[in-house]
Amino acid sequence: MFNQLRAVTAMSLGTLGQRLGASSVIVIGIAGVVAVLVSVLALGVGFRHTLANTGSPDRVIVLRGGSDAELSSNLTRADVDNISDAPGLKHGADGKPVLSPELVTVVNLPKKDTGTDANVTLRGVGLKLLEVRPGIRIVDGRMFRPAVREVIAGAGAARQFRNLTLGSKLHLRNADWTVVGRFTSGGDIHESELLADVDTVASAEQRNGYSSAVALLDSPGDFRKFKDWLTTNPQLKVDVQRETDYYAAQSKQLSKLIDIVGNGVAIIMAIGAMFGALNSMYSAVAARSLEIATLRAIGFSALPVLASVMIEALALSLLGGVLGAALAWLFFNGNSVSTLGAAFAQVVFRLDVSPRLIAAGIVWACTIGALGGLFPALRAVRRPVAEALRTA
Amino acid sequence: MSDNIVSMRDVVKTYRRGKQTVEVLHHLSLDIAQGEFVALMGPSGSGKTTLLNLIGGLDRPTSGEVTVAGSRLDRMGSGALARWRADHVGFVFQFYNLMPMLNAERNVELPLLLTHLGKARRRQNVAAALQLVGIADRAKHKPAELSGGQAQRVAIARAIVADPALLVCDEPTGDLDRKAAGEVLTLLQQLNREHGKTVVLVTHDPRAAEYAQRQLHLDKGQLVEQAAAAA
Ligand SMILES: Nc1ncnc2c1ncn2[C@@H]1O[C@H](COP(=O)(O)OP(=O)(O)OP(=O)(O)O)[C@@H](O)[C@H]1O
Ligand SMILES: [Mg+2]
Repeated sequence: MFNQLRAVTAMSLGTLGQRLGASSVIVIGIAGVVAVLVSVLALGVGFRHTLANTGSPDRVIVLRGGSDAELSSNLTRADVDNISDAPGLKHGADGKPVLSPELVTVVNLPKKDTGTDANVTLRGVGLKLLEVRPGIRIVDGRMFRPAVREVIAGAGAARQFRNLTLGSKLHLRNADWTVVGRFTSGGDIHESELLADVDTVASAEQRNGYSSAVALLDSPGDFRKFKDWLTTNPQLKVDVQRETDYYAAQSKQLSKLIDIVGNGVAIIMAIGAMFGALNSMYSAVAARSLEIATLRAIGFSALPVLASVMIEALALSLLGGVLGAALAWLFFNGNSVSTLGAAFAQVVFRLDVSPRLIAAGIVWACTIGALGGLFPALRAVRRPVAEALRTA
Repeated sequence: MSDNIVSMRDVVKTYRRGKQTVEVLHHLSLDIAQGEFVALMGPSGSGKTTLLNLIGGLDRPTSGEVTVAGSRLDRMGSGALARWRADHVGFVFQFYNLMPMLNAERNVELPLLLTHLGKARRRQNVAAALQLVGIADRAKHKPAELSGGQAQRVAIARAIVADPALLVCDEPTGDLDRKAAGEVLTLLQQLNREHGKTVVLVTHDPRAAEYAQRQLHLDKGQLVEQAAAAA
């Protein structure tokens, strides 16, 4: 049996060169599917990665009870004063809690690559911003000043959007704002945002309150104490989360969506590639039908013939899979992109073509190849020998 | 009659063509003795290939008994038939049916891959078979580099390399010129006379049929025996 298999497989692979056209249809089709699949899923991985980088276990975010995101949350000034009294909060040199009342809103800016408008988060932050978020570094220009319409732009946002160079004027809410600085924050989500003084943002928005309060705890272990105090306080109706948990929850929906879209696109392409593989393998088998019939007349059994067709299909699709994954890695690994959020503001993050994704892509390739080879292989061996010899 | 290598009784073969069924062989009976050289003639479409396929175990009858080399082929499944063919029959086709990407040697070796012979033994047997058909000097040539007569001799070497008792040849000279055809027929005659192979030869050419000991004519699904030629 092994002799037979080796002989038949060597024969089929030996003629691959003469069937370059049809064979490359399989390889290229599958490479395309895998490249798309791996890059789209790399979006999901990169996105999760960015959001996982956001947040620190000793930082907490307080939202109005029942709001699951900052955009839909609303806290009054009295609420924030109450929160400032909670136990467990870290206090600064001035004796005040390290807390930033924040107001999150969305503004439209043209994207660099397309020129079309997209949402960017404008985050009004308190004076203790740098204490609350020690990761923030001004890399160019200076910090905004309170009570003036000045913003600093995250490095990610500055890469993706126009008009975010130092000194640029932004026309937001019927007023001009000046970009005075550019900052990084360790690759987290805030690098996709614009930051400004919270009270200036509130007045521009004509709002009299905040979205959230973000604060540092003395230590991560103080979370329970802090949370219990707030949630049992009859004057407050708030939700308290560690910042890490908040961003994990925020990312869940979108990364799920990316995965669904990614897999959906890949499935559709995979079906196309499978038909391509089916077609090529059918013609490969048809081209060899006289040879196959002759071997079977001589007494070769069905199994090695079937196996050789499958091996050929799998070898070609494996090649396609590796090629596609390599393309995705070469062209997309580390590329910056931003999400296509509608209500959700743009988040800039890098594609992360991980080994796991590459493995997944290759599994897909082999599945396509196996299905594409199976039916032609079955047809090759099911055909009665006498008939195949006659019509070949 | 235990010295009959082929024994067919009341064999019917019908083909289905769309809704119609066409009966190609009508209650045909045939005996071929061990060691005979039989020529099978008949007009195109008379069912010669159909009959040969039944003898060679490539196909099964619609009804009737087919016993070849002691096995009831009409009762065997396709897997068992494949193994039976490997043990008992060598096939020679009009268009040689060699594997284009394998050289002569490798083509001849194919049937031996179905045996338990080791590599060295296989090489010996291949060399002997190529020697026997007189084409040892072309062992490394691919089919495209051989003339028709040479290719057919390689095909005959492939048919005999595993030492089957029966050779089944469907118009083996149909694609050859007179000279090459004569050489191939002489080779078949030699295999029959000197090596005891039973040969069933389908041919359109009365001159080719002269090489056989017995001529059968297939007409309208029935066999008509002709006077035996000089043996
Ligand atoms: N698989 C098939 N399906 C339908 N009809 C078939 C099939 N195989 C053969 N036939 C028909 O059976 C008849 C006999 O065919 P066969 O090939 O046995 O004739 P033949 O004597 O070998 O002819 P030729 O001399 O042209 O080779 C023909 O009419 C042919 O069309
Ligand atoms: Mg015929």
